Amino acid sequence: MNTVEIRWHGRGGQGAKTAALLLADVAFKSGKYVQGFPEYGPERMGAPITAYNRISDEPITVHSNIYEPDYVVVVDEGLLDSIDVTSGLNPSGAIVVNSAKGADEIAMKLKGYTGKVYTVDARKISVAALGKYFPNSPMLAAIVAVSKVMDKDQFLGEMEASYRHKFSKKPEVIEGNMNALRMTFEEVCV
Amino acid sequence: MRERLSGNEAVAYAIKQINPDVMPAFPITPSTEIPQYVSTYIANGEMDTEFIHVESEHSSMSAAIGASAAGARALTATSSCGLALMWEELYVAASDRLPIVLALVNRALSGPININADHSDSMGARDSGWIQIYAESNQEAYDNFVQAYKIAENPGVMLPVMICQDGFITSHGVENIELIEDELVKGFVGEYDPVHYLLNAKEPMAVGPYAVSNYYMESKRGQREAMLNAKHVILDTAAEFEKISGRKYGFFEEYRLNDADYAIVIIGSAAGTAKAAIEQIRKTTHEKVGLLKIRVFRPFPEEEIAEALSNVKAVAILDRSEMFSGTGGPLGAEVTAALYRAKSEAEVVNYIYGLGGRDITIQDFTEIYDELKRIADTHEIRDNYRYIGLRERGRDNG
Repeated sequence: MNTVEIRWHGRGGQGAKTAALLLADVAFKSGKYVQGFPEYGPERMGAPITAYNRISDEPITVHSNIYEPDYVVVVDEGLLDSIDVTSGLNPSGAIVVNSAKGADEIAMKLKGYTGKVYTVDARKISVAALGKYFPNSPMLAAIVAVSKVMDKDQFLGEMEASYRHKFSKKPEVIEGNMNALRMTFEEVCV
Repeated sequence: MRERLSGNEAVAYAIKQINPDVMPAFPITPSTEIPQYVSTYIANGEMDTEFIHVESEHSSMSAAIGASAAGARALTATSSCGLALMWEELYVAASDRLPIVLALVNRALSGPININADHSDSMGARDSGWIQIYAESNQEAYDNFVQAYKIAENPGVMLPVMICQDGFITSHGVENIELIEDELVKGFVGEYDPVHYLLNAKEPMAVGPYAVSNYYMESKRGQREAMLNAKHVILDTAAEFEKISGRKYGFFEEYRLNDADYAIVIIGSAAGTAKAAIEQIRKTTHEKVGLLKIRVFRPFPEEEIAEALSNVKAVAILDRSEMFSGTGGPLGAEVTAALYRAKSEAEVVNYIYGLGGRDITIQDFTEIYDELKRIADTHEIRDNYRYIGLRERGRDNG
């Protein structure tokens, strides 16, 4: 596998940076070389933010931002109106947008992008699985499902281990998070 | 130990392994996480460094000086304006010959106010008498920190050391890293056993008294001697470090420089991007391009750099800070002087890049190598002091 490059678009406070770091984490655990890094502007809650991942079988030395990603993840659908989210996006890659709308409807908003478009309703999944809206887990599962940077079962296994560690004092939320990941894999049919 | 850590966490981890005596610190972006992680380790009982909450960086360096003079192993961390507020104390620490280690996370020094990476903070402190060691990656930031006290505390050196890494790019970027086992690190760094120190009741002494003109100059000459001694100590320490880590370090890294016609000289994280550009160029055009990445900027390894560049036709020296001399950046000036003294015939051009976190890409490096080839072919430089990556493309002459 060559280096897979992923760009995340979200808003400050939504956890796009955390999701990028989590993806770096699970990919690392699956034996990869990884990078997960945010691009810092004037940090404010609600301001558009960008985060990046490089995932590779070889050591990665590049330290620049990603301008021609293989995949783009949009955590906040509202950004489609203000940010050129498909800028430089490889047409043989894909974009994953958090939205209740269908992929065809979202594709019309992505001026000129000819590659694959996926939507995932992270709100619906998160509320059903956790009772609250945390878009992170569904978007993370969605990009793994779409990019196949790692095997689904390995991903689920690593995530469960990391939730067990992270939520050792409130194990009741582990199953909900795992359900959110599984439901996303069912919704995002690749 | 295979791990993935941000550069800040990697340095904090090295600090935990070394477990120094005293850490006064004041938070400033992007170095804040270092004291934050260290405080957590202390609170969790994983280390017992005395952490001092101070009211400013002026105070954090003053407290580190006090602790170090008393005989303790001291450190602090800072960035940008924090380093600027330590200005006076930087000189005091160096002239008092105190082996303090400073974890510096490089950030632009205002203004306009900016929190992102460039080297204007540490380059401004290049004449303060501190040893300066820079990192390309999280791995190097960690490895350099593990080596710092062995260099600083060497009896022939006794100078403070700045361990520098690029703000956000490595400090906040998570990458793979190989950590060294605690016991190996502890054994390598060893205990600090100061020869002269204030808390030694058997040897009453003063540290940092007034020096009249009759003595002041000898004090500076002594610092110069220590800085020159640091050269072999840095290499000896690196050789010893290789034994516990398998990783090789020197004054600089030569990347595909052996047969290179065109070379870039650079400091810090952008060297990794340049390496990717070199691989691409060598594969596609077969031009012989190479890189000299400075690790140790103070002491400045002048002869060694000139020797490493002795076979190239053209050199681009890249500075991530301005000095407003109107003639180039600090690295540009010193490498050019090195080449001149070595009677080099290479063509030299100096670029300013990456100020305030401006990204530098593989494409930018490719343009620089193209330009080096043109200069070597035509011997026509046009402008030997230029900017790369400005918003107005094609207008590269700052």
